[in-house]
Amino acid sequence: MEAVLITIAVLASLGLTAAFILYFVSQKFKVYEDPKIGEVEEVLPGANCGGCGFAGCHAMAEALAKADDISGLVCPVGGSAVMSQVATILGKSVAESAPKVAVVRCAGCTVGESANRQKTLDYDGAKSCAIASTHFAGDTACSYGCLGLGDCVKVCQFNAIKVNEATGLAEVDEAKCVACGACAKACPKQIIEIRYKGRVVKDVARRVWVSCVNKDKGAVAMKACKASCIGCGKCAKVCKFEAITVENNVAHIDMEKCKACGLCMNECPKNAIVATFPAPPKPAPKPAAVEATGTAIPKPAEQPKPVEVPVQADKQQ
Amino acid sequence: MLKTFKIGGIHPEENKLSAGSALKQFQLPADIKEVKIPVAQHIGAPAQPVVAVGDDVKVGQVIAQAGGFVSANIHSPFSGKVKKIEATTGDDGKPAMMITIAIEGDEWVETIDRSTGIKREITLSAEEIVKKIGEMGIVGMGGARFPAQVKLAVKPGQAQALIINGVECEPYLTADHRLMLEKSEEVLIGIKILMKAIGVTEAYIGIENNKKDAIELLTKLSAGYPGIKVQPLKMKYPQGGEKQLIDACIGRQVASGALPISVGAVVQNVGTAFAVYEAVQKNKPLIERVVCVTGKPLQNPSNFWARIGTPVKALIEAAGGMPEDCAKVIGGGPMMGRAFATLDVPIHKGSSGILLMNNQESKRGEIANCIRCAKCVSVCPMGLEPFLLSKVSAKQLWDMAEENHIADCIECGSCSFTCPSNRPLLDYIRRGKSTVMGIMRARAAAAKAAAEAAEAKKN
Repeated sequence: MEAVLITIAVLASLGLTAAFILYFVSQKFKVYEDPKIGEVEEVLPGANCGGCGFAGCHAMAEALAKADDISGLVCPVGGSAVMSQVATILGKSVAESAPKVAVVRCAGCTVGESANRQKTLDYDGAKSCAIASTHFAGDTACSYGCLGLGDCVKVCQFNAIKVNEATGLAEVDEAKCVACGACAKACPKQIIEIRYKGRVVKDVARRVWVSCVNKDKGAVAMKACKASCIGCGKCAKVCKFEAITVENNVAHIDMEKCKACGLCMNECPKNAIVATFPAPPKPAPKPAAVEATGTAIPKPAEQPKPVEVPVQADKQQ
Repeated sequence: MLKTFKIGGIHPEENKLSAGSALKQFQLPADIKEVKIPVAQHIGAPAQPVVAVGDDVKVGQVIAQAGGFVSANIHSPFSGKVKKIEATTGDDGKPAMMITIAIEGDEWVETIDRSTGIKREITLSAEEIVKKIGEMGIVGMGGARFPAQVKLAVKPGQAQALIINGVECEPYLTADHRLMLEKSEEVLIGIKILMKAIGVTEAYIGIENNKKDAIELLTKLSAGYPGIKVQPLKMKYPQGGEKQLIDACIGRQVASGALPISVGAVVQNVGTAFAVYEAVQKNKPLIERVVCVTGKPLQNPSNFWARIGTPVKALIEAAGGMPEDCAKVIGGGPMMGRAFATLDVPIHKGSSGILLMNNQESKRGEIANCIRCAKCVSVCPMGLEPFLLSKVSAKQLWDMAEENHIADCIECGSCSFTCPSNRPLLDYIRRGKSTVMGIMRARAAAAKAAAEAAEAKKN
């Protein structure tokens, strides 16, 4: 009986001593962490995709809690909804950001009879764009286009980009893409661009882009691919918003200025300008045949006034 | 007992189809009116063009000057008018700066000694030799194309032995073999010149045992050249690698990341020795070289003396024309060479071979999973772990790749050759290596800049 009592007493005193030591040590060496970091991390998506530019959601939460002005920090996955929640937690204001999406700037289909680029070489090395592009410029006459080996597919954590076997090109699934930009970083040809999704009209987010990055002179680019931009500048001339510039023999549409009217699509002699909506009717009788996602709108809207603008999308374009 | 290097190595099929074909002077067909000369024919900074469009150039005239410390002059291999200086398609299909010359006649620079006699006496001093080699644009002729004068600029007493690479361990290629047989005296004098330049009294010519005629001939002739010893070697690929050859010839091992000079060795190719002979004794810049045009589908595998800038197509034509069942044309040997993306390109200073492969030969096997057999580890001549390096490169774990000495890889391809699962190990490793080397260079540059900034602050 005595042995039991002694044991209890010893253990109790040991436990108490340890508890006191632990208490004082934890007070003395306390590392203060802003409780808001935890709260912010809670509302972030937790995908750790790195699309924001930080190592993961925790690092982003730290940066958000520390920053005085968080308008420069955006979670591309959560978008405006998450950022406004973050702003509420931190009591800071946040700029509304328009949702973005990745677009593949190459329309040089390499497969089948309707191929825009013909294969000139047969590559049988490692299935990686980064490796293939160290060996050669490309397996078609175009040295700028999509290699179709899927480095972008491998890095996408949201299953939003696929190499379409019917065209040999990478294609983005708009519904799944969160615009984290991982694919754009992985692409050795730098043909993936993160652009505004565009104003939604009749369930279609309207955006238009030049689907080519070929910097060769017109004649060379013309030979290399049927869908190449030849830098003729017709689109730049017709654009009423000065959104299009031609540099290094290739046109680029500034997404900040573009109103997605689609006038440039009609002008392009090579159909290198692609949009998510059909081209507006031409003044000339022949209708243009450019369309990408194939969402048919019977009466193509021209210069549409903002019809239904979702709350989060009012700052776009 | 023949010598060889200790770690790893493989035994690919030899296929020296053109070994019996004597060197032939290649005459450019009359219908070729212009040639393209690349300005980047060596490792290091591209040369800077010093001629303008419309200028007349003679054979042997400098058309582009070395663009840095590690760089080499480019001389015109043809006479005529400069037509264009612009970027056109290079070997890999990417744009490469080239000087286009419209050929007119064959007028040489007067200072070049075009006599056929052998000039034995070496009149220049060591410094003059190195300077001359630099002026004449000599680069490593084995394929790596490292500017020769940079390798030869050693401190007095630093070098103890010159090692001449006559191994030609790449299957198919016979350029060095023919050169050793037909220009043996010149090669030996070239070696003497190189020995004088770096101040050594012994030189070893490493030759693999499959070239018995060359070993015999050079052993006989080298009796008249004190200090030069022919070293027959057991056949094993990649014996022509610098570090492997040093190990095989003099039994010294170069540490990871170190240069051959750290063990007192300077390695040069036999082709380089010949080019040095011509540059120093005959004042002739590097404007032509031996190109071995070979391959199973080819009608007449041959060895040509061809001027730099000769179109690859013309050489294939001269060796019997493009065969129908040719699936791949490779610049260099089958192990380390690279497939041409287009044949509309000229040969350059490092073009030791043009190899044609038929469909059956060129096809890679279907890639299967790694079965952890470690064959790649046992054949790696650098003692690396290729399976691991390829994996970490694919996963972009650059730190781990660096820790595992990816920068030591000599890209010999033994790992991919031996892999029973046909894994393209070297493809991945090469990418990892170039990325890691880039990171290492950036780090070194940053450290240097920081040190300079600290120095500037102190003053």
